[in-house]
Amino acid sequence: MDGFTIAGARDRLTKGDLSARELTQTAIKAMEAARPLNAMITETADKALDMADAADARRKSGEAGLLNGIPLAIKDLFCTEGVLTTAASHILDGFHPPYESTVTANLWKAGAVMLGKANLDEFAMGSSNETSFYGPVKSPWRRRDDNAGLVPGGSSGGSAAAVASGFALGATGTDTGGSIRQPAGFTGIVGIKPTYGRCSRWGIVAFASSLDQAGPMTRTVRDAAIMLRAMAGFDAKDSTSVEAPVPDYEAALGQSLKGLRIGIPKEYRVDNMPAEIETLWQQGIAWLRDAGAEIVDITLPHTKYALPTYYIVAPAEASSNLARYDGVRFGLRVPGKDLTDTYERTRAEGFGAEVRRRIMVGTYVLSAGYYDAYYLKAQKVRTLILRDFEEAFGKVDAILTPTAPSTAFAVGAKTNDPVEMYLNDVFTVPVNLAGLPGMSVPAGLGSDGLPLGLQLIGKAFDESTLFRVGEAIERAANFTARPEKWWEAAR
Amino acid sequence: MSLDNATVAKIARLARLRIDEAALAPMAKELNGILDFVAQLEQVDVTGVAPMTSTVAMKLRWRADEVTDGGNAEKVTQNAPNAESGFFTVPKVIE
Repeated sequence: MDGFTIAGARDRLTKGDLSARELTQTAIKAMEAARPLNAMITETADKALDMADAADARRKSGEAGLLNGIPLAIKDLFCTEGVLTTAASHILDGFHPPYESTVTANLWKAGAVMLGKANLDEFAMGSSNETSFYGPVKSPWRRRDDNAGLVPGGSSGGSAAAVASGFALGATGTDTGGSIRQPAGFTGIVGIKPTYGRCSRWGIVAFASSLDQAGPMTRTVRDAAIMLRAMAGFDAKDSTSVEAPVPDYEAALGQSLKGLRIGIPKEYRVDNMPAEIETLWQQGIAWLRDAGAEIVDITLPHTKYALPTYYIVAPAEASSNLARYDGVRFGLRVPGKDLTDTYERTRAEGFGAEVRRRIMVGTYVLSAGYYDAYYLKAQKVRTLILRDFEEAFGKVDAILTPTAPSTAFAVGAKTNDPVEMYLNDVFTVPVNLAGLPGMSVPAGLGSDGLPLGLQLIGKAFDESTLFRVGEAIERAANFTARPEKWWEAAR
Repeated sequence: MSLDNATVAKIARLARLRIDEAALAPMAKELNGILDFVAQLEQVDVTGVAPMTSTVAMKLRWRADEVTDGGNAEKVTQNAPNAESGFFTVPKVIE
């Protein structure tokens, strides 16, 4: 599977020197060999082969869609009809949705093949994929000369590992505060969170509804452009879905950067940030300048308030969204002495520690007497954060920053202090609060031999510029490093 | 502002999360760590700033108020841990 990209496989499938069944069989074999990574909660090999055969039949009859025969991993936060959907939580034990999420339905309509459901942080709450009820995902990457298990980032950690290890050509992710971009950065792949409203949220297990967006995770910028086009689009079933045409993002690739202005925000630095991240950022600036872009210094003064704002808004919305898990309608039930006791026992046992913690924070900040001090205040600061971006976008076309303040860390390294874990998302969270599109592109390796990503932030609904600039970075960085396949020996 | 054990027990009750007496103090410590972190927002002057309602300026769509779905009791209850004849069942709530 190593030589494949979505674009490359598409060309070979179109030419006919490769069938969807052959490609899918190879992918399934690679997926099974990668089981030590724990990237998948559910493998759907039989379904994948059926879908591949259907794709081959469509190809013959001239009805091949945008992703005809392309094997993908689906984050287990997307409801898939008749296929176990867990959100990596004990509380959704045995849940087989009787419906299909709009985004996955769009992918199947485009001809894609489902390899299975990818592991994630429970309810997408985490930055390391360690809060999953199904156990942590191991990154395919290891530090140079060090066999310690590393995290793939999170929450879309299984999706990232599936693409970075090579068995899936692409994967769906969701991003509430960085859950596509940070794992993409940690594993050396491309991930884009589109503008809020671009992809339908219908049928995606809700975490924080005003922040959640789905997006693709792929090996190349071109692949992300192809996959996002298939995922996106207006959906009447999501009240915040935006009624705007989806451009052919691939058409934006290869255009010159002449005349584009790229903003560099001075606030995107944190205490103790490794010097190599600053160096990589400067390298990225030089690449874009060489490609013809004009570099403009900008300021986003409320950046430091984005994380505290997020840790009020996201738990508040989560506590409300997760009220539906009551042990009555789906999933786990732990019997109690009466109905309230049943609710309390079910939820205490069904939710993991991080999810319980966030429900508690959210319940508190929304409770009588505290709503104004916390939630309302946070929503006002959020307005200021958006205003910062709006002012910046009066002067620039896109913004370049690092994706995360570090490379991947060891499994267990940050699980004792929730706030320390939250700091991982310091550069990605402002983008969600402002609803803007953001993309992580692999740009180099750190001194420890692990991937580092650069983040591009765009104007609302201007994903095309991100693809155009992202591809320029990809070309200049020429990132070809791949993890060694230690997991094949580990079996 | 610091949460005490009694407040944590009250929040847990509101959130319908059973919490053992022994878990109250550690949970209070964790929540206070998070609340201390978000307290940075006190430094921000938000005088005259409207709270955000939507990142993208958009008008909510209207739709006709009509029945478009229904008659799926079996489908709706198929994932219930305890269902009977198209109904969800719960412990007795009326004496």
